[in-house]
Amino acid sequence: MRAADAFIKALEKEGVEVIFGIPGGAILEIYDALYDSNIRHITTRHEQGATHAADGYARASGKVGVVFATSGPGATNTVTGIANAYMDSSPLVVFTGQVARHLIGNDAFQEADITGITMPITKHNYLVTDPKSLLRIVKEAFHIASTGRPGPVLVDIPKDVSQADIEFEYPSKIDLMGYKPKYEGHPMQIKRAVELIMKAERPIILAGGGVRISNAQKELTELAEGIPAFVVTTLMGKGAISEYHPLCLGFVGMHGSKYANYALSESDLIIAVGCRFSDRTTGNASLFAPNAKIIHIDIDPAEIGKNIRVDVPIVGDAKRILSQLKKMIEYKQRKEWGDKVKEWREKYPLKYEKDGFKPQFVVEKACEFFPDAIITTEVGQNQMWAAQFFKVKYPRQFISSGGLGTMGFGFPAAMGAKVACPDKEVIDIAGDGSFLMNIQELATCVHYKIPVKVFILNNGYLGMVRQWQQLFYKERYSATCIGCEKMSFEKIAKGFGAIGITVEKPSEVEDAFKLVKENYDVPVVVDFRVDFKANVLPMVPPGKGLKDIIEVEV
Amino acid sequence: MKYTIAVLVENKPGVLARVASLFRRRGFNIESLTVGTTEREDLSRMTIVVKGDEKVLEQVTKQLNKLIEVIKVSDVSKDAVERELCLIRVNSPPEKRGEIIELANIFRARIVDVARDSFIIEITGDEDKINAFIDLMRAYGIKEVARTGKVAMVRGGKNGK
Repeated sequence: MRAADAFIKALEKEGVEVIFGIPGGAILEIYDALYDSNIRHITTRHEQGATHAADGYARASGKVGVVFATSGPGATNTVTGIANAYMDSSPLVVFTGQVARHLIGNDAFQEADITGITMPITKHNYLVTDPKSLLRIVKEAFHIASTGRPGPVLVDIPKDVSQADIEFEYPSKIDLMGYKPKYEGHPMQIKRAVELIMKAERPIILAGGGVRISNAQKELTELAEGIPAFVVTTLMGKGAISEYHPLCLGFVGMHGSKYANYALSESDLIIAVGCRFSDRTTGNASLFAPNAKIIHIDIDPAEIGKNIRVDVPIVGDAKRILSQLKKMIEYKQRKEWGDKVKEWREKYPLKYEKDGFKPQFVVEKACEFFPDAIITTEVGQNQMWAAQFFKVKYPRQFISSGGLGTMGFGFPAAMGAKVACPDKEVIDIAGDGSFLMNIQELATCVHYKIPVKVFILNNGYLGMVRQWQQLFYKERYSATCIGCEKMSFEKIAKGFGAIGITVEKPSEVEDAFKLVKENYDVPVVVDFRVDFKANVLPMVPPGKGLKDIIEVEV
Repeated sequence: MKYTIAVLVENKPGVLARVASLFRRRGFNIESLTVGTTEREDLSRMTIVVKGDEKVLEQVTKQLNKLIEVIKVSDVSKDAVERELCLIRVNSPPEKRGEIIELANIFRARIVDVARDSFIIEITGDEDKINAFIDLMRAYGIKEVARTGKVAMVRGGKNGK
């Protein structure tokens, strides 16, 4: 059997339903085999779009996202998407074509050492040098990408390998000597954690993206109620608990609310779950939660103690460990702490100036109109406003590029999420700058009838950078004005065959959203011409502690 | 502080690059790195000397363990036999040859090549011994030095696997 045919059969066995990619010379054999398969293929307009789409698909569905790209430029175009998935622990398998084996190393046409290039940004990668090992490698790639701490795996397949003749023998099990993820928490550490929880007067749960990955929303919510403990989330952790839950204090860190940051800073016990204490979450690590003991639950042992000292490390799967903890703890009234947090919450609510056309208003209204929609975001101010003002209910509802901060992520990710969840409304909350970075995927959305909605908070600037220039660079706005208010996203959208709407003032917002709702089946781009001076506040300046907050003056 | 760690890895192409690039991108400082096969031909053993504090050692160990092809990482800084091999090409004018041979004997080094005006001397031992010998040779004019970096093995019944 032709290796390419066996390969596609292997993907079918893995349950792959959709592939995002672009064909090209070195991967043509595989595309030829795909022609006879029922697996859906979505041809994106750029390989970066394909990787982000597969990433969005993976985050929305919990399944592995699959990407095809050809050798050389096709492969290198996937690099940003791979790095993005790596930073946010998203399960992805990227298959790239490679030049034939006898040409490798000769600087052949469209040759790039993609396994060398992606070594630091993949969980693992392979160059298939023997056709007989192809199917085993496919099996291993899916296994590695989806188990333990998930991540992207790249498999580079030389053209002559895909042309070779092999037997179809798909391995049923794998044994990797050096890879044995640990799911059960150590009983001794769990016991120590229970003791700390019972002793704590001001406990708080810091929930990260690991909660979503392990599908542990229910367990986390039950533990929070059982202690009881307030919950703050990282950007990746949004949806770890419903943000309408009374114990949820929402988003914490550089642009988190003042009350969430205060509660985290003043706690005496932090139960960190599936989070890596990134600098955006902790502020200055040496000033972080000075009086708190820290329990850290994570499936990746290397995260424990990497950025923040930990008192009780528990390595394993969040879902299992949280449910074990829940069974072992007892409810204890902590009225003083509850009152204190309530007071902060009332005293320092999230707010913004109301004069003019504010981006926060658009996000708030979007949340009112589309409370169940999957929200993806681009990167920058739009992302932070979405995190602050769009309250999510369920775990895979908020999809954003956290670790890498990839502009251009949100729109193709929305496309992938919509493919994964066709019955859900999917909205990309975008900035004008980010949207332009992968705007070509509008063509894909129109072609395949993937009706995502894009809400551009258009301020004509690389807004977050402008904000930093205003606050920390004496208002020297070097190279951040991109002038998008002078062009028409409405016409651009129409040019691609989508619907385009321009909204100039707050009174037009509701009508626009109604129009979006009516056009459920079509991609729609709404260009909100918001106040370009609006900033994301509160803000903890870089290098400062979480309690050192710049606030909005209203 | 210097730590010596033994890393047992699958003997596959690219593993060395994976390990070395991990050190580079995480900002860990490699002092020396040696690789060779083990008693099993599908496994290789790396001996890596890394500079840093305990926190660095912990991260190095954990990050190495994350690599799929890494099977076992052990700290062999304590209670281990450590050796390296060094080749030294040194000037050997006829009137100094006796002295050099005598010094080599004291250090249990071996002369492995004799040319008209130079020797190549082979010496194995721990780092200090090799440093001391190189220092002595300086007086005669060293032309070239090649050192392997350290290999290590824990003493007694314990093994580094």
